[in-house]
Amino acid sequence: MRYLPHSAHERADMLGVIGAADIDALFSAVPKSALKSFDLGLPAHQPEFLVEAHMRALANKNHAAGDGPFFVGAGAYRHHVPATVDHLIQRSEWLTAYTPYQPEISQGTLQMLFEFQTQVAKIMGMDVANASLYDGSTGTAEAVLMARRLTRKNKIVLSGGLHPHYRDVVKAYLKDDPDLVCLSPSPEGQGDILQQIDGNTAAIVIQTPDFYGHLRDLKSAAEAAHAQGALLIVVVTEVVSLGLLEAPGALGADIVVAEGQSIGNALNFGGPYLGLMATRKEFIRQMPGRLCGETVDADGNRGFVLTLSTREQHIRREKATSNICTNSGLCALAFSIHMGLLGEAGFVRLARLNHFNAVKLADALEGVPGVTVLNKTFFNEMTIRTPQPAAGLVERLARRGILAGVPASRLLPDDRSVDNLIILAATELTTDADISALAAALTEELA
Amino acid sequence: MSMNTQGRPTGVGTVGTGASGSALIPDEPLLFEIGDTEHSGVDLPDVTFNSDRLGGFGRKTKLDLAGLTEPEAMRHYVRLSRMNHSIDSGMYPLGSCTMKHNPRLNEKMARLPGFSDIHPLQPVSTVQGALEMMNQLSHWLMTLTNTAAVALSPKAGAHGELLGMMAIKAAQEAKGEAHRTVVLVPESAHGTNPATAAFLGYTVKPVPAKDDGTVDVEAVKAALSPDVAAIMLTNPNTCGLFEPQVIEIAKAVHDAGAFFYCDGANFNAIMGVVRPGDLGIDAMHINLHKTFSTPHGGGGPGAGPVVLSEALAPFAPVPFVRKGTNGLELVEHIEDAALGRVTAFHGQMGMYVRALTYMLSHGGDGLAQAAQDAVLNANYIKARLEHIFSVPFPDYPTMHEALFDDSFLKETGVSTLDFAKALIDEGFHPMTMYFPLVVHGAMLIEPTESESKQTLDRFCDVMAELANDAIAGNKDRFTSAPTKAPRRRLDETRAARQPVLKWEKPADLPQTAE
Repeated sequence: MRYLPHSAHERADMLGVIGAADIDALFSAVPKSALKSFDLGLPAHQPEFLVEAHMRALANKNHAAGDGPFFVGAGAYRHHVPATVDHLIQRSEWLTAYTPYQPEISQGTLQMLFEFQTQVAKIMGMDVANASLYDGSTGTAEAVLMARRLTRKNKIVLSGGLHPHYRDVVKAYLKDDPDLVCLSPSPEGQGDILQQIDGNTAAIVIQTPDFYGHLRDLKSAAEAAHAQGALLIVVVTEVVSLGLLEAPGALGADIVVAEGQSIGNALNFGGPYLGLMATRKEFIRQMPGRLCGETVDADGNRGFVLTLSTREQHIRREKATSNICTNSGLCALAFSIHMGLLGEAGFVRLARLNHFNAVKLADALEGVPGVTVLNKTFFNEMTIRTPQPAAGLVERLARRGILAGVPASRLLPDDRSVDNLIILAATELTTDADISALAAALTEELA
Repeated sequence: MSMNTQGRPTGVGTVGTGASGSALIPDEPLLFEIGDTEHSGVDLPDVTFNSDRLGGFGRKTKLDLAGLTEPEAMRHYVRLSRMNHSIDSGMYPLGSCTMKHNPRLNEKMARLPGFSDIHPLQPVSTVQGALEMMNQLSHWLMTLTNTAAVALSPKAGAHGELLGMMAIKAAQEAKGEAHRTVVLVPESAHGTNPATAAFLGYTVKPVPAKDDGTVDVEAVKAALSPDVAAIMLTNPNTCGLFEPQVIEIAKAVHDAGAFFYCDGANFNAIMGVVRPGDLGIDAMHINLHKTFSTPHGGGGPGAGPVVLSEALAPFAPVPFVRKGTNGLELVEHIEDAALGRVTAFHGQMGMYVRALTYMLSHGGDGLAQAAQDAVLNANYIKARLEHIFSVPFPDYPTMHEALFDDSFLKETGVSTLDFAKALIDEGFHPMTMYFPLVVHGAMLIEPTESESKQTLDRFCDVMAELANDAIAGNKDRFTSAPTKAPRRRLDETRAARQPVLKWEKPADLPQTAE
């Protein structure tokens, strides 16, 4: 077996040094009834080329996004990842290191995390960011819990524009909690949350651009929340939007959570992704997840360490701010390298290009008979109403080789009012030919 | 050197004056000290538009993000990488973390466009191969554990723990036993266990360990009561021992109406050799980034699928794959589900591909051999070092980890931490220290199956030489270590007392005189 270094001779020699008659002697604590008492019936080890053939056969049964016109978004976005990013993250020193518990021999990872935290804080306009969480959805649940710790109040209000999966994750984390208020989806983008804020409110959670692509007014939300001593949690599922839209921190957000996948990370059928979280300086000690901080070594040289770990499970155990241990280190590295390559100039150009293509998409969709674009505002994503149920329509378009977006009913199966809605996204990878092909196919299907 | 208030050298290029860098591993300034807001390593057209679709929400504040051209970025990240220890560059015997070899075939497969370039919400008819892949992975995980169901979606081990305990809570509620508010956790457990139980509102009740390092079934029985919902037990445990009474413990727990959550962090010791389902577990997370070789990546991403017994299977979260009339279906929503969903989308697909590739490469026979080699390696280290190092629990053979305590360092003035730092100067990543908490000055060594006999011999030689040197009174070598790493010991107290968590332009900071 190519991954196992010992020869039979070496195994025998080692058992001799140990003084064990055979390998089973080392498993003597295992109850006899449970040790090798079965036939797994699994296939035996295989050469690399056969494993590769097996996996390729599975991969080839899928329609890759790059195979044709592609407009699927709703929380995960297909962007270009520079070749440099994927090359660098596969370097042994990044790929096969672990959490930097020994800072003297982990300065690469630590400095990168410090740079990552700085980049995230800057794009969000916040004081501090952590070293990443699992993804945007679990990050949102963590933010809600953090807001409760900070305010010592309980009521949480989720905007109807929050991604339904994010809402469901918060519901699972706060199971049967009477103080969790989930507002109904609002495909037309009307504000729905301000009247819910009262003196017992810990936080309101607003996504912008929201699930349907509408841009939400954060400033008035922040003012309304703060007037009642509540916090504003802002959720961003398309982080590229921050290149063109005002930073949530500049508008009064208290905690910002984002899905960072769009920068540096492939679609990967939903994971691994990375959660971004940033907050105000005074809230650091209630923030979940790893934090990297600057310090000096015994010679006075600048260096970096994981810090404020008294918040964490390996120190505080049942009193920790979260049970999080492993986060999304390599995805954060990919994010940081891509963001480092973009820089301000590139990030802004990328965001503009996304919006530019989305405007073209919206204009083309408006021209399809029977189709209405619901959005007055959007960044790179919008919702259309079609004269037919969206699920079947999207399926028929897929058979034509066009992945036309997400039927809202896929995420909201209990809400019949969204049956005819499709959410579509454009990115820098969307071409004029893709848009024309979609518009033509949609026109034919609806004829 | 002139320092600003954050202890940072003022000005670019002054970092290395402490002579900590060397010819091949130069010090590297921060991204923000090299790049600026005008440079970019990505060519994109600068489009102009006059759009009212932004509704007045356009950005007015500056981003102030530094950019690098491609050659600058390449050099920055390559230089930074060289300040890291990694599995590929040397032994990484970090107990409880299973730092095994990460095969590159896994990486190649995960990057096939049919896996990496598919969207979680594109029509299910266009991702049948992905669902089949998830089904195959599930089959392997359920077969290796002899369990009835598996929830693939948790993002990491601790997330899997959370899901498993949520399922237990839901199951207790379904039985009408929501009054069970206590979870038993042995003192030797990972910190994530009590953190998870507390997260769900449970009261954590510790179970003491026996003098031999294992959990006593009588102590469990004494702790069980009608208000106990579950026990969270790691097996093999964090002392590196297989719990010899695990079947009796499971029976006692079930007889008391509670569930058995098994922390599967140490599954690498027993995969293909012992099936946890045969021991009576109800839920167990499996760290794909430990046992099944997906890369640790500097701290994730992980993946923590949870296998479930028949009793807990009905409480599995969405999504899951099932056979339908038109091929495979993805169940993403269940009305009135007990648990619902613990993450957006379908979990860590990229990690599933890597783990299945690893399993197919090993086969059932190779996985069992890997577990046995991992155990052989740990026992070999223990056998070679037990005449110098003190073994806190000598009664049982160890599993895949060798645990020592610090009593051999008594009177030397050398702490466990000092000893570990001296190991850095010899080219090894230190073992896990001060964990498990039940052992004073613990040193937990997990070699994994990936280390050759030659490497193990060299490691043992170095460990023995260091121990002898400490006992001989050569304290300075340890208290000053490391001296050959890119940095010497870092001031962690200062980092925590005056947190500097992001870079600020030196010009924006108040300056202090030298």
